[in-house]
Amino acid sequence: MTDIMHSLADIVGEDYVSSQPEEIYFYARDPGLMPPHEPDYVVVPSTVEEIQEIVRLANREKTPVVPMGAGLALTGLIIPLKGGIVIDMKRMNRILEVNEGARYAIVEGGTSQGQLSAYLEKNYPRLRHSIPDAPPTATIAANVTIHGQGRLTQQRGFNSDMVGGLEVVLPSGEVCKIGSCALSFGWFSKGPPLPDLSGLFLGWFGATGIITKLAVKLYPRKKFRDVEIFVTDRGELVPDIVYEITHTEMAEDVLIFTQPMPLMFRDNHHVSFYITGDTDEELEFKRKLIWKALDRFIKAKDGGFMGIPPAMKPTLLEMPQRSASRLADVKRGGGFEYSGPIIMVEKYPECSEKLKELASQYGLAYSGMVRVIDGGHSMMFAFAFAFNRSDPDMMENTRKALKEVSDFVLKVGGVYWKPTVEEQRMALENMDPNTRKLMKMIKENLDPNGIMNPGNWEFIS
Amino acid sequence: MYELKFDGSLCQTCPTADCLVKCQYMDLEKDEAKKQMVNIWEGKDSFVFEGCVTCYACEEYCRRGNHPFYLITEKREEKGLLTAPRAITKQWINIGEPQGKFKVGKPGERVLSFGFMPEFFKMAKGRLFQKAMPSFIFGQEFFCNVVYIHFANTSIIKKRLPMIMENFRKLGVKEVVCLHDECYGSFAHLAPAYGIEVPFKPIHYFEFLYERLKELRNDIKPLNFKVAYQRPCSSRLSPDKHRLVRDIMDLIGVRLVEREYQDENALCCGGIYAMCFGYDLANDVQRRNMDDMAKHGAEYCVFNCPACQGTLGEKVAKMGIKPIHMIELCRMAIGEA
Amino acid sequence: MKYEEIVHRCFRCGYCKLTGDYIGFNCPTYRKFRFETYSPGGRMWLIRAWLNDEIKNTERFQQILFSCATCANCVEHCVFPFSEDLVNIFIAAREEMVNNAVIPPPVRDYLKNINISGNPYKEPADQRGDWAKDSSIEIYDGHEYLFYVGCVGSYDERAKKIARTVGNLLLRAGVSIGILGEKENCDGNEVRALGEAGLFQFLAQQNIDLFKERGIKKIITLDPHAFNAFKNDYPGLGGKFEVYHYTQILTSLIPSHELPLKEYRAKVTYHDPCYLGRHNGEYNAPRKILESIPGVELIEMPHHGENAFCCGGGGGNFFTDILGGGEDSPNRIRVREALDMGARILAVACPLCARMLDDAVKAEEKEDQLEVLDVAEIVTRALS
Repeated sequence: MTDIMHSLADIVGEDYVSSQPEEIYFYARDPGLMPPHEPDYVVVPSTVEEIQEIVRLANREKTPVVPMGAGLALTGLIIPLKGGIVIDMKRMNRILEVNEGARYAIVEGGTSQGQLSAYLEKNYPRLRHSIPDAPPTATIAANVTIHGQGRLTQQRGFNSDMVGGLEVVLPSGEVCKIGSCALSFGWFSKGPPLPDLSGLFLGWFGATGIITKLAVKLYPRKKFRDVEIFVTDRGELVPDIVYEITHTEMAEDVLIFTQPMPLMFRDNHHVSFYITGDTDEELEFKRKLIWKALDRFIKAKDGGFMGIPPAMKPTLLEMPQRSASRLADVKRGGGFEYSGPIIMVEKYPECSEKLKELASQYGLAYSGMVRVIDGGHSMMFAFAFAFNRSDPDMMENTRKALKEVSDFVLKVGGVYWKPTVEEQRMALENMDPNTRKLMKMIKENLDPNGIMNPGNWEFIS
Repeated sequence: MYELKFDGSLCQTCPTADCLVKCQYMDLEKDEAKKQMVNIWEGKDSFVFEGCVTCYACEEYCRRGNHPFYLITEKREEKGLLTAPRAITKQWINIGEPQGKFKVGKPGERVLSFGFMPEFFKMAKGRLFQKAMPSFIFGQEFFCNVVYIHFANTSIIKKRLPMIMENFRKLGVKEVVCLHDECYGSFAHLAPAYGIEVPFKPIHYFEFLYERLKELRNDIKPLNFKVAYQRPCSSRLSPDKHRLVRDIMDLIGVRLVEREYQDENALCCGGIYAMCFGYDLANDVQRRNMDDMAKHGAEYCVFNCPACQGTLGEKVAKMGIKPIHMIELCRMAIGEA
Repeated sequence: MKYEEIVHRCFRCGYCKLTGDYIGFNCPTYRKFRFETYSPGGRMWLIRAWLNDEIKNTERFQQILFSCATCANCVEHCVFPFSEDLVNIFIAAREEMVNNAVIPPPVRDYLKNINISGNPYKEPADQRGDWAKDSSIEIYDGHEYLFYVGCVGSYDERAKKIARTVGNLLLRAGVSIGILGEKENCDGNEVRALGEAGLFQFLAQQNIDLFKERGIKKIITLDPHAFNAFKNDYPGLGGKFEVYHYTQILTSLIPSHELPLKEYRAKVTYHDPCYLGRHNGEYNAPRKILESIPGVELIEMPHHGENAFCCGGGGGNFFTDILGGGEDSPNRIRVREALDMGARILAVACPLCARMLDDAVKAEEKEDQLEVLDVAEIVTRALS
C-alpha cells in the first residue's frame, strides 16, 4: 500500500478508499465519448472534515483531486485527466434543513436531485426545486457547478442562479462560506448584497474548490400541472412562437424538440410548455392566455396544438423525464452525447438546420432538445446524437459531428455549456483577453499547486 | 383512380338543403344553402369552405344519398384550402403510416378490428368477447384512414385504403367487427362512395355488443344510471347504427338523459377543433356540451370513441361526471368492470 | 457469455440503484459498499471490461458480482428495454466464473455442500423432516397440496419454527397438506442464482421427477425463493405445477373464517421479500392477512412494495455472507428503517428474511424495541 493510500484510508476508513483495478477502470470513464484516463485512487468520504483532509493531503503530495457527483455531464468533466484522487461525493447526501418560510433547502454536496425532490414532495408538498431532466441520481452540487438547467429555468434562470449559498472546501483545505450564510444564519442569497463570490466556484467544474454544502432556492409547487405542445413545420417561426409564449409569463417551463423518430415527430418542431395552477381556473386561465397568444399562427395554418394522447401525458409530466435517458438506446448501444450551447433563441432555425445537416452527413440518429432560459434571454440547444458503444465507427462519427458543432457554436454567437476540455480551450482562446487574464488570476491564486480537477479551465500561457 | 360518386343534380332539386340548413356552425337559409352546395359542386368559391369545422354531420343530414361533406373535403383539397395547420396534418399522416408494427391475433372468419387504438386491448376481454378473441387485428396496416377528411385530404385515403383492403383480403377474413366506428364508417360508407371494394362484411361493434348482450341477458343486472352519450363525428357516417345506442342502453338498464346536444344535434368532443381552429371554438363547444350533460343530471358520460374519451374524459370527470366507454359500460352491466 | 450482446447497452444513468420515487438508493450492495462499481451499472460496465479482457477476474471482481442480492430493484427501475434481463446478466457472468472455477470460497463451499449433502448445512438428509416431528403434519400421500419448506426451513433453527407455524396454521384451517420429509430436495433457486446452472438443472429435474412420481399437482411453499424456482424455472424443464406461496393460501382462509382471529394490538410494518414481491408481483397477500387481524396497525416503510429494500440475503448471500457485515449491511439498514417508523414488529414472509433481520436486530441491540415475526407467527398470536 502506498503512503497516499495509507493516508486516505486513515481519513475515510479502509472500506471507502480503493486503488483496485475495478474502481480504477470505472472511474476513468464517463458515459460519453471522451477518452478515459485512470485515477490513482477513488475515495468516498462522508464529512466535510474528511474532504478537507483529502485536499490537504493532495496539496502536500501535489496530486490532483477530482470531485464527482453522479458523473453524468457526458463531456468528461469528471475524468481525472491527470490521475490523482477521484472524490465520489455521494455518501454526503444529507438534507440538512428546509426553511419553509424563506423557501430554501440546505443539502450536502452529494445529495441527488431525485432525493431532494422526493423529500420535498413528502414533507413540504407546497415546495419544489428546479429539477433537471438528467437522471435523478445527478447531484445538486455538481449540477450548479456546471450551470445546469431545470424545470424552473424558463422562469428563474440557470439552476446556479437559484443557489442560496455555498460551503466550499478551498484548494488550501480551508472551509469557506459563500453568500448570506457568511454573515447570517440564513442561507437566502448566494451573494447580494455582499460581493457575489459564488462566481468563483459556479461554472468551474471543481477547479477552484469543492462544494460540500449548498442552499437551493425552493419555489411554490402548485397542485396541478399540465403540458401542451405547439407544433410547427417551420423552424424559422420558433423564435416568434417562443416570444409569444414567454410574453404571457404564464408558462413554467418551455422546451422544444425536433427529431425524426418516432415517425409522428418527423419534419416538425415541437414547442412544449408547462402550466401550473392551484385551481382548475388558474390552470385554464394560463392555458387560455397562451393558446390565444398563438392564435395567429393557427389562423395562418403555420402551427397548431397537437392532441397529446393520454398515454403520452405521464411521460411528458414526469420529473425528470426518463425518456430523455432512453435516447441512449435508440441505436441499441448505451450511448448518446450532446453539445448543448447556450445561445439566443433567434438562432433556433440555424441550429436545427445544422443538426439535421450533421446527422445526415455522418449518418447519425439525432434529437434536437431545447430548454428556454430565463424568459427567453437564451436557450440551451442540445445537438444530441445517439451512438452504439460497441460500434467504434459510429462513435467516431459522433465525435466528428460534435466537433463540427463546437466550431458552429462560436460562429453563431453561442457559448459552450459544460464544455469538453477541447471546447474549454476554444472558449479561452476566443474570449476577451482580459477576461481570460482575470480567470487565470483567480485560478492561480486559489489553486497555486494546480491540484483541483486539473486539465479543466487550464491556462496555457 | 377512385372518384367520389356525387350527383349534383340532387342538390339542385333538393327540397330542404338540410346538409347546410341544419349545420350547427353556420347559419344558412334553404335557398342560400342550396346555392352554396351547388357552387361547391361546380368548383366555385364558397364561404362554406371557411365556415365548415369538419364535424361530418352533413353526411347524416343529407337524406338523398349524396355526400356533402366528402364533396367539401374534395374541393378544399383541390383548392389547397387547409383545415388544419400544415404541421398537424403532417403529424397525422405520419401517425397513420404503416410501419410493420401491426399485431394480428388468431384471425378467424370474423375478426375484431382495433384500428390502431391500443385502448381496445384493455377493453376487449371478458364474457362479451369470449367467443371473438383472440381473433383481432391492430395497427396502421388495418387503419381505416377516414380521419383525414378532417384534414381536407382525401388523396391519402384513396392511396392507403385500397392497400388496407388488400391486407384484409390476405387475412381471408369474411366479417370485420369494427370497435371504432370510424372504421365502420370508412368500410361501410366512405369506401363505397369512392368505389373502393371492401372484401368483407363490416359489422359495427354496437351490433356485436347488442347481440352478445342478448345472449348474456340472464347475467345482466340493470345499472340504473343516468348517462349522457358523447356521439362522435364518425357516427354521422353510419347514422343507421346510432339507434343501437338506445337499444343497448335499454338492454342494460341505463337511462339516456334527454338533453339538447344529442342525436342529430350532438356536439363534437372538440379535439379536432382545438387542433385545427384554436381555443375559442373548442372551448365553446366543449363547454356547451358538458354543461348540457350536467344540467340534465348525467352521472356518466358514455363514449363511443376512445379519442373523444381522451379529449373530454378528464374534463367531464372534473365536473363529477364519470367517463366510460360503451364497451366498459356493457361489461359493468354483466358484473365485470 | 449469455446476454453478451446486451452488456454494452448500459448507459450507467443510475435509475437502477434508486427507488421508483427517488427517495433514496435502493441497491443493497451499493448501499453497503458505496463505490459505483457495486451498483448494477458498475457491474454492467465491469462485465463488459472483463469480457474484453480489460480487467481480470480478481477477488474484488468476484465480490462485486457475488455480492449482488439478485433483489431485482434494478430490473424494476431501469428505464431501458433490456431491464428484464439485468439480474439474468449478472447470473450469466457468475456462470462464466463458475465454469472457469474461479469463484469466491464461500460460493464454492455452498455449491459443494449442496452437491454432497443436498443442503448447505452439511446436515444429514434423514433429519430434513425433523422440524415437523412434534406436529400433526403428515408425509405427503395424496394430499391436496405438497407443503415444501426448503433447506432453510428444514435446518435453520429460526426458520424451522416458522415452518412449523405455517404448517400448523394450514392444518388448523383444514388445508390438506403433506410434506416430503427426508425425501425433500433443495429447490435450487440459490444454486441457479450463484451461477451453477448444471447443478440447478440436476436438482430441478430430481424434484420434478419426484413430484410427478408422488402425483403432486399443487404446491405450497414456505420460502419465496422456492416459490420462484417452481413457478418460473421448473415449467421450462417440464415441471408444471400449481404453485402458491403460503401467504396466498392464508389470505383466502381468513375472510372465510377458517382461521377465526381475536384482537392482537401491535404496530407492524411489513418487509417485502424480493422473491415474493418484485420477482413475482405478490405484494398484497401478506398485507391483506395483516390488515385482517383486529388491532394490527399496519404501517409502511418508505421503501416498500416495488421499492422494498432487500434484506441482503438473496442471490446466495444468505449462505455466502459476501454482502453481510458492518453497520451498512442491508439487513441492518432495513431494521433501522423499521425502527424509524416506530414499528414494534417487523413482519416477514420469508424464512431467509426472518433470519437476516433477526440477526440485524441483535446487531443493532434493539431486541427490546423490535421483534421480527413471520406473518404466520403474527396470525398464530391472534388466533382465538
